[in-house]
Amino acid sequence: MTLKSFGSVLFFLVVLAALAFLPFYAGEYVVTLMIGMTGYVVLATAWALFSGPTRYISLATVAFFGIGAYTVSVLSETLPYVLVLLAAALVGLVVALVVGLATLRLAGVYFVIFSFGLAELVRQLVTWYEVNITGTLGRYIFLPVTSDGIYWQLLALAAATLLFSWAIGRSRLGLALKVIGDDEVVASHCGINIAGVKLALFSVSAVIITLVGAIQAPRWTYIEPSMVFNPTTSFLTLIMALLGGVDRLWGPLLGAIPLFLLFEWLSANFPNHYPIILGLIFIAIVFVLPNGVLAAAERIFSKRRGVTVPAANQGGAL
Amino acid sequence: MLTTTIISGLVLGGTYALIAMGLTLQYGIARIMNLSYGEMIIAAAFLAYVLFGQWGVNPVLGLLVAVPLGFAFGYLVYGLMLRPLVARAASRESLEIDSILVTFGLLFVIQGAMLVAFGSNYTSYNYLNVGIDVFGAVIAANRLVALGLAVVAGGALYLLFTYTLWGTALRAVAVSPRSAPLVGIDVNRAARFAFAIGCGLAAAGGVVISTYQTFTATAGVVFTMKALVVVIMGGVGNILGALSAGLILGLVETFVATYLDPGLTLAATYLIFLAVLLWRPAGLFGRSSR
Amino acid sequence: MTEILTLSGISKRFGGLTAVSDLTFSLKAGEVVGLLGPNGSGKTTVMNMISGFFAPSQGTIALKGEAIQGLPSHRIAPKGVARTFQLVRALPSLTVAQNVETALAFGRHKLWGRIARERALHHLEEVGLAGRAEERACDITYIDQKRMELARALATEPDLLLLDEWLAGLNPTELQTGISLIRSLERQGMTILLVEHVMDAIRALCSRCVVMNAGRKIADGATDEVLRDPDVVRAYLGDDHA
Repeated sequence: MTLKSFGSVLFFLVVLAALAFLPFYAGEYVVTLMIGMTGYVVLATAWALFSGPTRYISLATVAFFGIGAYTVSVLSETLPYVLVLLAAALVGLVVALVVGLATLRLAGVYFVIFSFGLAELVRQLVTWYEVNITGTLGRYIFLPVTSDGIYWQLLALAAATLLFSWAIGRSRLGLALKVIGDDEVVASHCGINIAGVKLALFSVSAVIITLVGAIQAPRWTYIEPSMVFNPTTSFLTLIMALLGGVDRLWGPLLGAIPLFLLFEWLSANFPNHYPIILGLIFIAIVFVLPNGVLAAAERIFSKRRGVTVPAANQGGAL
Repeated sequence: MLTTTIISGLVLGGTYALIAMGLTLQYGIARIMNLSYGEMIIAAAFLAYVLFGQWGVNPVLGLLVAVPLGFAFGYLVYGLMLRPLVARAASRESLEIDSILVTFGLLFVIQGAMLVAFGSNYTSYNYLNVGIDVFGAVIAANRLVALGLAVVAGGALYLLFTYTLWGTALRAVAVSPRSAPLVGIDVNRAARFAFAIGCGLAAAGGVVISTYQTFTATAGVVFTMKALVVVIMGGVGNILGALSAGLILGLVETFVATYLDPGLTLAATYLIFLAVLLWRPAGLFGRSSR
Repeated sequence: MTEILTLSGISKRFGGLTAVSDLTFSLKAGEVVGLLGPNGSGKTTVMNMISGFFAPSQGTIALKGEAIQGLPSHRIAPKGVARTFQLVRALPSLTVAQNVETALAFGRHKLWGRIARERALHHLEEVGLAGRAEERACDITYIDQKRMELARALATEPDLLLLDEWLAGLNPTELQTGISLIRSLERQGMTILLVEHVMDAIRALCSRCVVMNAGRKIADGATDEVLRDPDVVRAYLGDDHA
């Protein structure tokens, strides 16, 4: 281990520890804020884990998030908490496999379309089930989980997700993703199962997102399909990951933190015009920073030093 | 019962075909995957609602206002928002990604504006809500008008595309955007028109829908989704395909709603979509070109 | 000698166009065979069907007795088939060494880490790219990319190597190096099928040639005889020269 990487690891651990001790010296409001922020950090990082290297834009974030939350609400009284989380992850995995197997062999746009309507489909199915089979819409969650507990779980999940994302970058899977990004024909002729790699990554990403929903569920005590399948969640995740930059480990995190604070402030001050402002910000981001702030910062930085960075999508020499 | 279901299915299918034609033009010719398409439909539905409620303007006349407005809106959106993306796109894939993202943002802008103006309640109005006897089944007159409008608009578009030079030029762009300029077709202009016509059709669809369905400011996603499924079933850029696939989807949904449960129509749509993806991803009527 | 590759009655149709029609030939282990024919005669399509890029519309392809037609490339490659492409396909965002390591990581032996690195450097040396491992694949010259692509194919230790116009575009000195490189592969016992237009190379390397025209096989035999065959001459030069 070089001195520099040792330093980064140490820094990561110190920051993590400082964040973990936060509930002991900060008030209830800060913890609530941090739950939301950490949740979005995980969502954006998990989203970028799949969508960054494959360029498949997933609009299904809230479908998995909602599946997680709803599974917890259904099972919270029948199973121990750990098993409830496990069950939620499993349901998310199964849905991800079905969606992935159906669409990931095809061109990316089919996946986008499928994921676009997935949240609405799951919401309507859950609503139909609750109204027709159980006869109630909406459920109470009584779990002995404090908001500090939720925060710690999310923090652990965030650390695990970042670690996982980092590990992929140095694994064979990471190499496979780079090769697929460069040239799918070469990839398959080298023995890479392209659809398999995409499916694996999509499933991991979906399971993490499902867990975020599951862990956050006890916060609400009462949930309804329209609450947990709110498309704004998918939208925010997407903006945050794109603003930070999906090609870099820290990109989604750096996008999530400022945007989360901005959106909190906006929704508190402009509750009615919130979606409009959100949409306009997003359009602006796509126009101004197509590769995210980190890439833009690197470009400006290298320009200042007179170094040219080759564009990522330049292709081969011929 | 069966006749009623079939006719209701055809009405719904005609509407789907109409809106899917607009989307297939936008995606097939302008190469824009427009995720805010459903919001444009709902906006037109609200326009018809206001025209009818405030000024008593008959929805059929309302079309004469809504369609040109939709066209103008599409023309502007393409010129201001999408043209710069087309110009900077390095490949078809990167344009696809950019257009998906930007129109996803636009979806929230339009939806937000409608929420501010109309709230999130279910909206509807009473227009020609009288029963008419058709082959022994009683059908509301507004549904028959809706079917008629869909057939007229769809038919006119089909004729326009098949028999005019201008329509042929647009189809040429759909088939081969790279060689179209070689025979003197202005691809940029064609794309802009196709996108604008698509928005015009969305507006027409919205007005038609408002005559016989309740709608909310947040219902756009479902319409986009259904239009997309129809486009894929019919084959991207294929107008006749969109027409047939729209009718099929409308019939299936109505049957599911009548004989199973109205809460399962979207599930039925998804099931069809899944079957098409697994069985014929190039569309029911398209030849696979990959 | 045993047959390593057997194509029986394969055809490939694209819509209304028949690119390859009822083609049958086989390769014995250790043979170096040329696949010839005028442009558009279907040679590359044949390569693509063997490597799994396309599935044949009809017919069977057997590799060491096992049917492989219709399998995807990523399942055929680990069975011992490697290829180069007519237009070089480098992986531009990776380094030269990483390009080769890719084949090692996902090929037959799934090598990773230090061993993969050593093997990659060995194969780069074999093709004359020693000391170039850390350059970016998109920065090296076309010829070096071709070499790198060959190293990538060799890294999988294939039983059957498909070379699609690998010698095209080389200058005379490079051509001699290329020919002796392929000869050394032949000595190692590798079976090689090459699509090639450079006649000197064909004469120097191939004991046998299969000639195609308009999707069909028109000749199959010893190189000298095949190149004198009136059908072959006519296919290349037209009726007047037959």
